Amino acid sequence: MSFDPGAEAARATAGILADTLHGDARGVVVDSPPGAGKSTLVVRAALELASAGRPLMVVAQTNAQVDDLVLRLAEKEPELPVGRLHSNDSDPYDKALDDLENVRKSSKAGDLAGLDVVISTAAKWAHVKNVEPWAHAIVDEAYQMRSDALLAVAGLFERALFVGDPGQLDPFSVVGAEQWAGLSYDPSASAVSTLLAHNPDLPQHRLPVSWRLPASAAPLVSDAFYPYTRFRSGTDHGDRRLTFGVASDGSGPDRVLDEAAESGWGLLELPARRTPRTDPEAVRAVALVVRRLLDRGGAAVSERAPDPVPLTPDRIAVGTAHRDQAAAIRAALAELGVAGVTVDTANRLQGREYDVTVVLHPLSGRPDATAFHLETGRLCVLASRHRHACIVVCRAGVAELLDEHPSTEPVQLGVTVKFPDGWEANHAVLSHLTEHRVSWRP
Amino acid sequence: MSLISTLARLEAVESGRAQPLATVRHRHLSDRPLVLVPLTTAGEAGAPLGALVGTDPGEPRLLVVAQPRDRDLRFAFLADLAEEVLPYVDSFTDVVEAAERSETDPETGKKVKVEVDLCADAPQVIVPSRAGIEYVRLLGRSMRFRRTAEQDPETPFPAPPRVPLLGRWLTHFGERARVPGSSLLLSATDLLNRHWATGQSSLEDQHLGALLAWIDADGPESGAEAALRAELGRDPQGQLFCPPAGPATDPAFDNRLLAPAIERFDRARQALASAEDGESADERLGELHVAEREIRRLILSQLRPTWDAVWRSVELLRELPAGERVADRWTRDRWSFTGHRDRIVAGEPPQPRRDDAVTAAQKLAARESAQSQLEAQEALDDPLVLAGRRLAGEAFVAEVVEVTMAWSESKRPSPRPLLTVRTDDRPHLGEGTKVYRSLEGKPQTAEFVRSEEDGSLVLRITDRMGRSKEPAPGSVPEKGERIAWTLFEHDQRVGAKLPEREETPWTHGGPPRSDTPDPELPDAVTPEDLL
Repeated sequence: MSFDPGAEAARATAGILADTLHGDARGVVVDSPPGAGKSTLVVRAALELASAGRPLMVVAQTNAQVDDLVLRLAEKEPELPVGRLHSNDSDPYDKALDDLENVRKSSKAGDLAGLDVVISTAAKWAHVKNVEPWAHAIVDEAYQMRSDALLAVAGLFERALFVGDPGQLDPFSVVGAEQWAGLSYDPSASAVSTLLAHNPDLPQHRLPVSWRLPASAAPLVSDAFYPYTRFRSGTDHGDRRLTFGVASDGSGPDRVLDEAAESGWGLLELPARRTPRTDPEAVRAVALVVRRLLDRGGAAVSERAPDPVPLTPDRIAVGTAHRDQAAAIRAALAELGVAGVTVDTANRLQGREYDVTVVLHPLSGRPDATAFHLETGRLCVLASRHRHACIVVCRAGVAELLDEHPSTEPVQLGVTVKFPDGWEANHAVLSHLTEHRVSWRP
Repeated sequence: MSLISTLARLEAVESGRAQPLATVRHRHLSDRPLVLVPLTTAGEAGAPLGALVGTDPGEPRLLVVAQPRDRDLRFAFLADLAEEVLPYVDSFTDVVEAAERSETDPETGKKVKVEVDLCADAPQVIVPSRAGIEYVRLLGRSMRFRRTAEQDPETPFPAPPRVPLLGRWLTHFGERARVPGSSLLLSATDLLNRHWATGQSSLEDQHLGALLAWIDADGPESGAEAALRAELGRDPQGQLFCPPAGPATDPAFDNRLLAPAIERFDRARQALASAEDGESADERLGELHVAEREIRRLILSQLRPTWDAVWRSVELLRELPAGERVADRWTRDRWSFTGHRDRIVAGEPPQPRRDDAVTAAQKLAARESAQSQLEAQEALDDPLVLAGRRLAGEAFVAEVVEVTMAWSESKRPSPRPLLTVRTDDRPHLGEGTKVYRSLEGKPQTAEFVRSEEDGSLVLRITDRMGRSKEPAPGSVPEKGERIAWTLFEHDQRVGAKLPEREETPWTHGGPPRSDTPDPELPDAVTPEDLL
């Protein structure tokens, strides 16, 4: 059988644009697995809507996402008049926007009236009142948007294209919202679940090809997190390679690097132990892996460039579950003289892409497996940010921990059960990682 | 669980005594709270078995349903409960003070100040445990849609006059209890757990007896031993020394004592019904009274220890001075109470069974901002809570070692002084991270500029220094001052206004339809309702 990823993706995109531009439905929903070209799609749809003469508003979730979209739009179509609606804070947008001639920036929607495209965050849009509604909207990262945030902005547009990744982290609230569980408009649920509960007939599309994930990762991520909506990688085995200029010194970090370069995955397993969240040994191990990754002169070969590209700190990310873990790893990296490597929590790594990621497993060293640590989206984000390889650092014993802590969340009537649950996804990922395990006692 | 509370629990295990988690009281305690200890019948949701209720620790009123499945007796119980609770609630409705509220003028659309009444104080109901709060909610839901004979002469099973009103108040208390930091309806276990850490799990902390055993221990016995006895200790008849705080009862009590007593009561009632002459009726009525008295005695035996434990908890908490910002939060409770009073007076229907999309989103937003505000206020009120945030890298206490005046680069330069501060804490600061300190009760913002080589931090103050070129006196810290800075904001921004109910957008099902049945009508009576 032959699978032409380019053609498949083009067919999906054509279908989405046809429904968006010429369909009757008020909304179109697009599910996009990690790295499937969601941003490209948003930019393309925005340009086509603008050229069709439909005033367009774009809703993204964070200021970084908004700025990124503005830059991408300007790159594609420098002539297009774009409005960047921003907050009243100091330093509200990326300074790079100041260099763009056709981008107007304002904290008042009125100043931006009449521009082809106006872009802002959901939080800022919510404050826009008493304006003529836009004919069309694009809602980016719609699965990470909360239903109540959509409620606040939905009056601003007639029709909308909702784009997002259902496998990433669900939105959350800092207070209990059980009292509304099961209601179609549960304010703590995701915007898409409310939208579809009230408008079940809306056309739903999905992007079938991940251009980010390598052939070694797409099947695992697809099986573990998207079992009913599978996707493929855009590249094949052998299209991407990771090599090192310096040979292994035989230490644990070096061996796991070799394993990951070879297979795309590596598990550096430390001895089983219950630890505080900022497990000093695991934190140090993560920092060492990054240090060695840089020291050994990593180089990445991919379809993007004919020659190997050196692996620089900005192409590496470290992912954790908690902020204090990220802070501890940043400190450990600074101690080893590493600068420029992104270290952040799963929440903040959403939507980002790197060549190599190093992940501190959310369940490493824990005495229990809570719903937070089991959340499917968290592991999915951490395991799907890389173009070449992902290295997981973890204490032994997570499989047993999972077996001792089956999911115990109460069943809520009327709530669609999400498959797979975090428990199952964690087991699937873990059993795959076990094949690439390097045990190490620091 | 934060690192500091884990440490406090470890210390509690080691010392055998609960350890303080707070140096001040973080919840409002009324001078005259109403304590309600309810019990429910096993096997039937929302069938009350009895309750102790009252404002005087020495004089609780005992209410008992001798046969919990008898709807008439249940209504009588609820009517008695209303007789206890509503006069207490009413005693707060008439004492008001003048206050201002900003409202939107319907004609001009502008915000205007309106003078309104604000109740000077509000009722406070204290139940033993979180399950008790849930039960108050359940009772409220079961009562607020009932109709009295006066409201609806056709209703086949009219409720006693004040019962629906009690249902509305209990619903309001139950709903308000979901707002973080609110104090209209509190549970003793939550109050104690906020202020003390025990050496047991948080699940075990839900047992009021065991919790008090850790906190209120005297003598040589360790908290763990006392808690174990409170949980498991039984007398020779197999009854617990410390009955559960309810509303569920102990199965051993149900099976061995309560069930036989209710059976005797039922038999006595039947016997009375089949009495053929006045003399035997008198005799059988006497037997019925004996049977009823026995049930009352049994239920009191289960309720009294919990009643005393709740009052003991209140006493323990009263020993702590109230946090500075507790009164602010209580004012919000008073607004909430006043608002509901006004809705009742205005003749509005009871709270709907389900929130609509807009109301649900509004409530969630209000509670989220109350939660962040509570966390910030507790840290500002209490050095021990602040210590926990410092340990987590979310705050730091620093000494000012140098102040360098600087100004912003604009046409009208504003002061932007640089502070060099020294701290032993390890805050999670990045370039441009905003930090806040409390200046005369208002937050002042600074941003993190850089770390110096010797480990000191440089901050730039960005607001609250007045409009002129020179900062207002006292608005810039001086050398040698020790200041607590937080990485979290002290106040919440006002969230965006949501659409009106009638303008619910298509994504959320559109405006509530008017052709759906009247939402205030109670559920239709089904055969299952009548056993």
